[in-house]
Amino acid sequence: MFLTKKEERILEGDEGETKALAMRLLVAIGDAYDARRMIKVRSAQISGVSYKTIGEPGLEFLREFSSEGAVATVKAMLNPAGMDLARWRELGVPVEFAQKQLEIMQYFSRMKIETTCTCIPYQANGEALNREHVAWAESSAVIFANSVLGAYTNREGGPTALASSILGLSPLFGMHLDEERVPTHRVKVKCKLESDLDYSLLGYWIGETVGSHLPRIDGIHKAPSRDQLKALGASMAASGSVPMFSMRRKADRGREHETIAVDKEELLQVSRRLSSEHGFETVCLGCPHLSLGELKRVANLVSGRKTAKRLWCFTSRYLRNIAERRGYASAIEQAGGRVICDTCMVVSPIREMGVSGLVTNSCKAAHYLRSLNRMESRLMSLEECVRHALS
Amino acid sequence: MHSLRLEMKGRRVVAGQGVGEAIISKRAVSFFGGVDPTTGIVVEVGHELEGHSIQGKVFIFPRGKGSTVGSYVIYGLRKHGAAPAAIVNIETEPIIIGGCVLARIPLVDRLDSNPVEAIRTGDWVEVEGNSGIVRVTKR
Repeated sequence: MFLTKKEERILEGDEGETKALAMRLLVAIGDAYDARRMIKVRSAQISGVSYKTIGEPGLEFLREFSSEGAVATVKAMLNPAGMDLARWRELGVPVEFAQKQLEIMQYFSRMKIETTCTCIPYQANGEALNREHVAWAESSAVIFANSVLGAYTNREGGPTALASSILGLSPLFGMHLDEERVPTHRVKVKCKLESDLDYSLLGYWIGETVGSHLPRIDGIHKAPSRDQLKALGASMAASGSVPMFSMRRKADRGREHETIAVDKEELLQVSRRLSSEHGFETVCLGCPHLSLGELKRVANLVSGRKTAKRLWCFTSRYLRNIAERRGYASAIEQAGGRVICDTCMVVSPIREMGVSGLVTNSCKAAHYLRSLNRMESRLMSLEECVRHALS
Repeated sequence: MHSLRLEMKGRRVVAGQGVGEAIISKRAVSFFGGVDPTTGIVVEVGHELEGHSIQGKVFIFPRGKGSTVGSYVIYGLRKHGAAPAAIVNIETEPIIIGGCVLARIPLVDRLDSNPVEAIRTGDWVEVEGNSGIVRVTKR
C-alpha cells in the first residue's frame, strides 16, 4: 500500500519502537486487504479490556506496549472492563481478579486512553458523525456507527484499534469505501415487531442467515427507535459478522442478488434455540449497555416497589451519572436493583459473582454467555424481565 | 533414496524466515481458548491437535477464527518461548496477522497449492516470509 513520507519514517522507527510496531500492524493488515493507503480516523474504540477475556497474554502485552511512552493521538475509548471499577467489592468480584483489572486500566491510562468503558461510545461523549472515519472494535458499535450514524469503520480488533489510537490512522479498505457499503441481501420482514426482544431475535436470525454480507431490511413500517436499532444490530453482529445493514426502501445500485423472507415462526425458532425455560434468579439488562431511555423505563417499572430477584442493569459511567441526576439510578437502587457501570454480564467473572444462569432481553448476551461462559439464559422483553425480577 | 522436495509460492503477509517440522490442522484455529500461551499446547477440547505442541514448528491451518484476543495469545507464545517458527494459512485474516506482527512470526498465505493437503505433519518446512516461498521436504 502507498505510505506517505511521514508514515514511512514511523514504520522505520524514527518515532520510536511502539509507533513502528503499530504501523507494521496496520500496514500488514492493509497489504493483506489491498488497501490503497491509510486514512485519518477521528476516534478509536478498543476492545479486549476485561481481564476475563484478555488474561495474562493481553495484560503482558499492554504492560510492554504502554511502557515506552506512546500515547493516543486521537480520541480513544474502551470497551467494557471486567468489573464496575468503583463498586467491584460490593458486587462480589474476587480481589485477585480486581487487582489484575486495575493494573490493565493503569496501562490504558498511561497511553492517555479514556477509561469510559462502554460498548455504546456513541451515547457516552464518543459520537461518530455522518461520513466520519473511525476505528472501532466493539462489533455492536461498529454496526451502529456504519448503519445508523453514517460513520465509516471496519470491524477492528483490540490490537488494530489500539494501533489506530496511537497513529490516528486506519488502512483504507472495506467499510471505509462507499462502493463496499452496498447491500447484497434483501430481508423481507413479514411479521410485526413488538418488543425490543423481537428486534434482537430478528437481528440474530439475519446474522445467522447472511453471515458477513450486507442486508437491507425491508417491511418494517414504523421507524424503529435507536434502542431497537441497537438491539437489532448487536445480535446481527454476534450471530454473524455483519458490519452494516440498511433500512432504505429502495435497493441500491442493483447489487442485491438474493431476497430472504422472515416471519414470526423464524423468530420463535431462534428464541427456542437460545432461550432456556428455566426461571433464573438473576435478571441482567444492558447488552449492549442501557441507554438513558432504557434506564428510565426500568426506573418507572420498579419505582416504589421491591425486587424479589437480583436485578443488574449495566450501563456506562457517563450515562449513570446522568441517570443519577434524573433520579432513575436511585429509583432502581431503592427497589433493590443495581445500576452497574464499566462492565456487563458477558465480560465480568459472573460465575464467581454467584450467578449460575440468568434472564435477559439480549440475544447477543445469550449467545456469548453460552459460548464463553457455558451459561444458559432465558430471553424475555425488557418489561417482562423487570416483572420477573419483581415477582 | 532421495527425499521428495516441493516448492510452493505464496503471498508474504509478515516477513521473516522460519524453519521447522510441519504441524497441520485441517480446521480453522482459534488461538483464544484454543492454544495455551505459556506452553504452545493445543487445548481446544475435541480439536484434532488437542494435546500437541506447536512450539518451534511450522503451523499450517486454513484460517484463524474467534476473538481478536487470539492476537495476544500469539504474542504470549513468543513471550514464553513457545511460539511456532512460522505460520502458513490458506487465506489469513486480521487475528493471525496481528498476532504474527506482534510476535514477529513469519506468515505466508495464498499458496499455489493447498498447504493443508500438500504438506503432512512431520514434513520439514522452510518458510521464506519475505518472498512467500515455502519449501517442503517430505518424510
